[in-house]
Amino acid sequence: MLELSNLHASAGGAKILKGIDLVVHAGEVHAVMGPNGSGKSTLANVLAGRPSVEITQGRVLFEGKDLTAMSPEDRARAGIFLAFQYPVEIPGVANSYFLKASLNAIRKARGEAELDAMDFLALVREKVKRVEMDEKLLQRAVNEGFSGGEKKRNEILQMAILEPRLAILDETDSGLDIDALRVVANGVNALRSPERALLVITHYQRLLDYIVPDFVHVLSEGRIVRSGGKELALELEQKGYGWLAAAAPR
Amino acid sequence: MSALEAARDHFVERSRAFAAAAGRGDPAWLQTLRAEAAASFAEQGFPSTRLEEWRYTNLTPLAKLRFELPGPEPTPITRDALEALSFPVFACSVFVFVDGRFRPELSSPRALSGNLRIESLSELRMNAPERLAGHLGRLADPKRHPFVALGTACLDDGACLFVPRATSVTQPIHVVQLASGAAPDRVCHSRLLLIAEPGSHVTLIQDFVSLSGARGFSNAVAEVEVGDGAAVDLVLLQRENLESFHVSNLEVRIGRDARFAAHTLTLGGGFVRNDLNAVLEDEGASVRLDGLTVAGGSQLIDNHTVVDHALPHGESRQRYKGVLGGRARGVFRGRVLVRPDAQKTDAQQSSANILLSEGAEIDAKPQLEIWADDVKCSHGATIGRLDDDALFYLRSRGIGEAAARDLLVQGFAAEVLASLPSTALAEGLAELLRKQMRGAGAGEAA
Repeated sequence: MLELSNLHASAGGAKILKGIDLVVHAGEVHAVMGPNGSGKSTLANVLAGRPSVEITQGRVLFEGKDLTAMSPEDRARAGIFLAFQYPVEIPGVANSYFLKASLNAIRKARGEAELDAMDFLALVREKVKRVEMDEKLLQRAVNEGFSGGEKKRNEILQMAILEPRLAILDETDSGLDIDALRVVANGVNALRSPERALLVITHYQRLLDYIVPDFVHVLSEGRIVRSGGKELALELEQKGYGWLAAAAPR
Repeated sequence: MSALEAARDHFVERSRAFAAAAGRGDPAWLQTLRAEAAASFAEQGFPSTRLEEWRYTNLTPLAKLRFELPGPEPTPITRDALEALSFPVFACSVFVFVDGRFRPELSSPRALSGNLRIESLSELRMNAPERLAGHLGRLADPKRHPFVALGTACLDDGACLFVPRATSVTQPIHVVQLASGAAPDRVCHSRLLLIAEPGSHVTLIQDFVSLSGARGFSNAVAEVEVGDGAAVDLVLLQRENLESFHVSNLEVRIGRDARFAAHTLTLGGGFVRNDLNAVLEDEGASVRLDGLTVAGGSQLIDNHTVVDHALPHGESRQRYKGVLGGRARGVFRGRVLVRPDAQKTDAQQSSANILLSEGAEIDAKPQLEIWADDVKCSHGATIGRLDDDALFYLRSRGIGEAAARDLLVQGFAAEVLASLPSTALAEGLAELLRKQMRGAGAGEAA
């Protein structure tokens, strides 16, 4: 589904990713862990197409297509979803209006009929319940004045509505208490299926108690320095990231 | 002779011919009002950019054209043509003026609550001029503004609304000023007289719209008296074609414990200059001035406001927002005057702007002039671009770049629309804004 080879990327003039190789198949859950500044968020953003991140070398294929040539909206329409680490507040735009515009843009691209107001409302009500979000937040401006937990739930709500093929969670666990973490994880797990893949980016192991990965990769200074199964996450939890400097290749 | 001087002579000549032909049946006071205004206009002429008030707004493009008054024959207009311009607000009582002339056959037959109706100025000056005496020309002083002088010199028809004491008009009143464009280069000196007697409530929408792409010039003068304890919401909707010129002068007096709100929504017009003067002439008066400009291409939109706090315990809130793309230019100049007697005044004004392109420009100048010592006043101006993070966020959800930009612009505008007196009105105008953005590409970066 997703294939990164020798991916190099810069942001703000600094080289952040320095040769990433990664293959994700449909049905798999991959966790990417690493200390602050290792390039985790840049990896998430480069996949979603953030304009301020520049690919300087290497290749990214999504279902056989060159992702780097696609606009952010085309990537979303192709089935990529990024749950933001810092969801953006958009004053004056009602959350429900945004969700509907988003869903219909994606449905249109897939050749499906756009949902009318009634059908959309029925869908969104069901999904809101699943992420245990207050329905009132639909009428508020997108993320404006939302608490940290509400913002993250709103990301998961969007994911549940858009049903992406590849979901990338960028530190979705940061700033969540244990209850919110459970809700968010349930939302993510509900989406797991043989046709979909997940890339879970996190600093801490605790999210992986809830979303159990098939593979764990450790990112350090812009490279994947180790890959393994879910037990690697536990090892990191015990040892911390201090040992990485010594383990870094070259 | 400069273009400004030549244009002055042209308009002076036309206003004299008009007064000689049209004004004979009018009472002496009205004839004098016109004649004095004509003399005042001849004296003032068209201001040059050397005057501070006109520094950013060069009248030469207007002065180079020879606008003529519309002919005596009413322009044929069909109801279908009107329907095509509509937005949901048309469901309320509508009064239609075409090229400045009242057209009862196009207007809504429905009377307002309490048998109120918009009356036409031409009818009133013929049948009951005594009702106009003491009101018409009281607030709009020709000596203060050359375009008030010109409009008063050519005073012909317009909309008049007298809301009796303690009367609440529940439905908004929609006054359409339609430029037919049947002949090019017509000037229309429209007039609005709104007298809200003490304790009354009313919402009036003045809607300036063109029927065709033909160039026109609309010179609007409005006088609004808000009696003690009354509440008036005035929506000024400007959506003329991009060839057209629009100059608007609004003079408001707000009485004791009375409330006035103006919502100036400028979505069209190639050259627009709005002057709004509000005087809080008694204690406890409050005023809210909201403005929204969405412009692109080579539009020029200039808003000038003066809020004059004369007596204590007044409150004023001004919030002007602009979104400019293309090579559009915006001007906001707001002056808040707090006179020595106006203790405990609470005044705020802000101008927030988004530039969508390199070529767009805004000159924002909020000013405070305070002569009292126990007051709370603040002002501020911001100029920015669309938020890149927000744009990426929307696009990452499948929304195309152009649609995402439009959505952010609509979000920016929403705050202004939210202060409209009814949600139905706010939603109707939001829909109109969306339509306008899809159609004319106003707000587009191109």
